Amino acid sequence: MSAFVDESTRVIVQGITGGEGQFHTEQMIEYGTNVVAGAVPGRGGQEVAGVPVYDTVSGAAETEDADASVVFVPPTFAADALFEALDSPLDLVVAITEGIPTQDMTNVNKRLTEVDTRLIGPNCPGIITPGEAKLGILPGNVFESGNVGLVSRSGTLTYQVVSNLTDRGLGQTTAIGIGGDPIIGTDFVDALAAFENDPATDAVVMCGEIGGEDEEQAAAYIAENMNTPVAGFIAGRTAPPGKRMGHAGAIVSGSGTGTAESKIEALVEAGVPVGDTPEEVADSVKEML
Amino acid sequence: MRAAARFRVMRLHEYQAKEVFADAGLSVPGATLATSVDEAVTAAESVGYPVAIKAQVHVGGRGKAGGIELVESEAEVREAAESILGMELKGYEVHQALVESAVDFVDELYVGITMDRGAGRPVAMVSTRGGVDIEEVAAESPEDIFREHVDPAFGLHPYQGRRAVYGAGVTREVASDVASVLGTLYELWDARDASDAEINPLMITAEDEVVAADAVMNIDDDALFRQPDLEAMESESYADDLERKAGEYGFDYVRLEGNVGIIGNGAGLVMTTLDLVDHYGGEPANFLDIGGGAKAERVSNALDMVFADENVEAVVFNIFGGITRGDEVARGINEALENFDEIPKDVVVRLAGTNAEEGMEILNTDLVAVEGTLEDAVRRAVENAKDTEGASA
Repeated sequence: MSAFVDESTRVIVQGITGGEGQFHTEQMIEYGTNVVAGAVPGRGGQEVAGVPVYDTVSGAAETEDADASVVFVPPTFAADALFEALDSPLDLVVAITEGIPTQDMTNVNKRLTEVDTRLIGPNCPGIITPGEAKLGILPGNVFESGNVGLVSRSGTLTYQVVSNLTDRGLGQTTAIGIGGDPIIGTDFVDALAAFENDPATDAVVMCGEIGGEDEEQAAAYIAENMNTPVAGFIAGRTAPPGKRMGHAGAIVSGSGTGTAESKIEALVEAGVPVGDTPEEVADSVKEML
Repeated sequence: MRAAARFRVMRLHEYQAKEVFADAGLSVPGATLATSVDEAVTAAESVGYPVAIKAQVHVGGRGKAGGIELVESEAEVREAAESILGMELKGYEVHQALVESAVDFVDELYVGITMDRGAGRPVAMVSTRGGVDIEEVAAESPEDIFREHVDPAFGLHPYQGRRAVYGAGVTREVASDVASVLGTLYELWDARDASDAEINPLMITAEDEVVAADAVMNIDDDALFRQPDLEAMESESYADDLERKAGEYGFDYVRLEGNVGIIGNGAGLVMTTLDLVDHYGGEPANFLDIGGGAKAERVSNALDMVFADENVEAVVFNIFGGITRGDEVARGINEALENFDEIPKDVVVRLAGTNAEEGMEILNTDLVAVEGTLEDAVRRAVENAKDTEGASA
């Protein structure tokens, strides 16, 4: 079992003819992902990495019976690509693109409330069920199959924590990068709910960071709804207010919301041990299992 | 994915935001921009006394910091302009001042549009507590700000503007005009890809006129590609030369107060590295994210940046490669350091992930120290910084 993706997931790549799109399609196929089609306007009939390309997402989805799409479309055209994906018969859309205008994402966010499709991202590394499939740019060799679920706002921090887990013999059911933007599709609560409902997941790691109130909402959800134990990590304890730490969403506002202290306090109150270092997080997961 | 996310928030100056507001039909006080004392005097005469002299810099709380003066004569204009032009406000030098007709007001309101992250939707806000720091009002008495969420597909309906204005307790005489200002402000926010559009204070005169006495407009820099006229208004406003340099290199960079320089890839991991430096008793000098897929030149530029910070005593370089390749990073580090007769600061490198082993073999260990884990690398850099500090003390 796993969350959202497995070896049977049939995947379309939007933007497959671009440099990043092509490179990561090859990487995904090499990892074992079932990439069944590409979608690029005007490039229908071509083939990339042995995969047929279609002009439209719905054409690709219907002909190849696809379930999911990974979006590598540049930010200027990304919102249109997301609307197209959400208007196709897909269960899951993973948006890798960084730098989509926030107001475009507000419109996409509104559309998401009207459809059944799940969006992961944007500005995220994607999702991986080790040994089965990866949708995105995560380096497959870092991950091992196992019983720990992981959800994170940051890509490289995910790799760091996963390597600490793997060092202790702790593999993963699924790892989900939800992205560092202020407006995202799948949030911590959605991912935690999926892990809670996954019988193969025996413990969960959530890696948050400064900015917004997603971690506080996750803490409330954990306290009320979860039996699966959760370990936490919050990046940005030393971040000064008003300075954006790389991610568009990672900022402590002048009025003091979005601080690491507030998030850590909420998680600890919900019974989630929060590590000072990634190693401590992996140690607490080891103790939980 | 951009290799280099730009670390710039596109903030319009007050005078620029007021131009945008005036073009949209909002009422703003008569004003002229001045860059010298003589220009300020000429401007004051054409605008008519009394005038406000207002420093044009990208910082909040200008009034309290001495960046705004109300004056009534030529002598006072000279004095105020001399003190404001060239002054340093919270680290930023003032080169321009707005000389503006002072509004004789009876009331001050706040109106603003911003993005409510939690709701995933824009929110329109009205408060009768204008003229003060609205973030303080929000923290201390949030009930004093009336909020109306907006469906982006439809925009701010006129009834929502009315509900916000009446809900906030704006007086009947000006309610309709204030609701209209709120509607125009939302249209601007939407059309110009703003992250924030604010008028604080929105002044009400004895004649029930509604005047935007200040103007804030921040633009989403990811959307500048479709706002070319606003992008052209962008003026360089870095607090110091290092941030300017980071802008030129296209790095996400934030300067801090400590002495351990930090370079890494990915915002979350770089933040974590900062936190670990603090955890092990050191003080981070900066946040520097080289982004994904960095090649040798970028790596070398990053070292150049951190060495240029005179506070830095030691450096930790932490890479967990996904799309970034360890061998590329190692080559960049070698190239950068081989240019020095003497390495300016001790550098500790930790490489993991894609091609990390190849990278470790390539790294010239005569020039850098290598550690296998993030924790060990940070601990060693913190010790190096303390040793250097001790030696120079």
